[in-house]
Amino acid sequence: MIKTETFAEISTLRERNPLVLKEARENGLRVVGTYCLYSPVELVVAAGAVAVSLCGTSQTPIPAAEKILPRNLCPLIKSSYGFAVTDTCPYFHFADLILAETTCDGKKKMYELLSAMKPLHVMQLPQTQDDTALTYWTGEMLRLKRRLEEMFGVEITEEKLREAIRLMNDERRSLQALQDVCRHVPAPISGLDMLTVLHNRGFSCDKREVIELVDRLTAELQDMATAGRSPYTPATPRILLSGVPIGIGSDKVVRIIEDCGASVVCFESCTAYKKVDPVASDGDPLAALAERYLRVPCSCMSPNQGRMELVEKLVRDFRADGVVDLTWQACHTYNIESASLKNHVRNTSKVPFLQIETDYSASDTEQLKVRIEAFIEMICRKKIA
Amino acid sequence: MPPNDQGPISVGIDIGSTATKAVVLADRVLGQAVTPTGWDPKKAGLQVLDEALEAAGVAQDRVGAIIGTGYGRISLPIFTRRVTEITCHALGAHFLHPATRTVIDIGGQDCKVIALDEQGAVSDFIMNDKCAAGTGRFLQVMAASLDVSLEELGALAATAEPVPLSSMCTVFAESEVIGLLARGVEKAGIAAGIIDTIARRLHCLAGKVPLRDSVIFTGGIAQNCDICEKIAASLSTELHVPACPQFVGALGAALIGHEITTSFSPE
Repeated sequence: MIKTETFAEISTLRERNPLVLKEARENGLRVVGTYCLYSPVELVVAAGAVAVSLCGTSQTPIPAAEKILPRNLCPLIKSSYGFAVTDTCPYFHFADLILAETTCDGKKKMYELLSAMKPLHVMQLPQTQDDTALTYWTGEMLRLKRRLEEMFGVEITEEKLREAIRLMNDERRSLQALQDVCRHVPAPISGLDMLTVLHNRGFSCDKREVIELVDRLTAELQDMATAGRSPYTPATPRILLSGVPIGIGSDKVVRIIEDCGASVVCFESCTAYKKVDPVASDGDPLAALAERYLRVPCSCMSPNQGRMELVEKLVRDFRADGVVDLTWQACHTYNIESASLKNHVRNTSKVPFLQIETDYSASDTEQLKVRIEAFIEMICRKKIA
Repeated sequence: MPPNDQGPISVGIDIGSTATKAVVLADRVLGQAVTPTGWDPKKAGLQVLDEALEAAGVAQDRVGAIIGTGYGRISLPIFTRRVTEITCHALGAHFLHPATRTVIDIGGQDCKVIALDEQGAVSDFIMNDKCAAGTGRFLQVMAASLDVSLEELGALAATAEPVPLSSMCTVFAESEVIGLLARGVEKAGIAAGIIDTIARRLHCLAGKVPLRDSVIFTGGIAQNCDICEKIAASLSTELHVPACPQFVGALGAALIGHEITTSFSPE
């Protein structure tokens, strides 16, 4: 683990922030909890509220969730619901409103159950990215804007919205710069440490504070890279991890990859590189938001050519030696899309590709190790040959 | 005693879930040994090492490298290096049959399809997940429910047309077999159906890693000729079964030992 003060500060945000949040809420701050990259955080910020990520990456509450939800459901949905139903996510606890989207069947039906616990706003997300979908999705942006205005008794002016877009674009810039330090060969930070930063920064209540922290860490990592300091060597196999959302607690595959001697240099997932695409700062801000958020290349979109192009670009930019596509059990869209992605990677990037289908539990660790170790052996033998 | 000018000597030890295998390799295989893994993979590993060295007539201090593979590879501290069974099976199969482009391996608790390129390097692979469908364990449980040995299961299957079984899951298939027996269905047809189920499972895996000729069949199950024939027919492909299919992983491990100790190349 890298030992810098900035890293320590970011990696403890999740533990420290509930107290900050509790206090801020007592002083009248409004809190909106989000689960997904499709949540237009700009509208929340423009409404003067704070947007925080909700918990959903731990195995712990899954047994409680399975009392109601079916077992063969994706662990992310079960974990999110389990945290809510056991009241063990402080961010859910303190939220005034939960913002959700109809990304997949499992989520939308789970949200129906959640609505009994908290005020919930569900955005109806179209599942394709054409003009008709965009018109509809722009309407959903407007519906959310009205809900927030009504609920919090504020007016979201165009000026406030533009200001929020500037702020969130700055966050995207800072997150991209952070991840881009791993374009260095070797990367100055392990994939697990990078994931820790990407995960825990989402629990901050103060966007400016976290942007400043991330920028500081990026500068430190750039210095390390320039000085040639790294946990790896130039020969360490470099892995691009694509696929489902992951975070701390659902980091099993990242740990195994790195325990087997490789370095995860880039995460394509929605808390990582899928997130850095900016919102256009000219034109109508609501339309710009709709356009940017509909563009997110999640597997719930059909077709989803954007993801093929993103993975292809990331393999090139990060000089990845192989792609591991992580899919959660019962996540139909990512599991099925893996076949198309494999073909695309084979035909364009021409690097080895491994799909891993698993859940949050540790029960298949040994089986996964064999696959991942063999995959890394395959890359190493290819590199030597 | 083997002559002393045979070059470096390596040992490969493949500690599988069911059987532990060792191969002593110089410029050719000098000796090999197999024992059930039992509950103590470490003990099994050391036992086959001793037995294989004895069969080869080689003292342990002449061995340049001992390479471990199989699920138990982490259990022994004596290994020079540990390598997965995927890499080892590919190397072993390529050594025995350079035209190999696909390896089908059915072990005690897993089954895998490995694709090789022209140089014998792994280009892709697929394994079953932690479920026992399509593995040696599946066949053991099914044989037990018919009250026959694995050898008898194969022989029985060769005599009849398969009765279709709908379950690939070991637990469900067992209930299905018990149900069929209760209805008075002939054992032979059920046995053929059981082998067919393995082939169907392989079919699913092979959908993701296509079977290119030559296809080599390895692992303990490949020792049973009747089962091999049934699987080959179901997959509509020719299966090449090496003389000692159970030792291919251990052989591959020994080949890695050679790579480490010399510039020996299996080409």
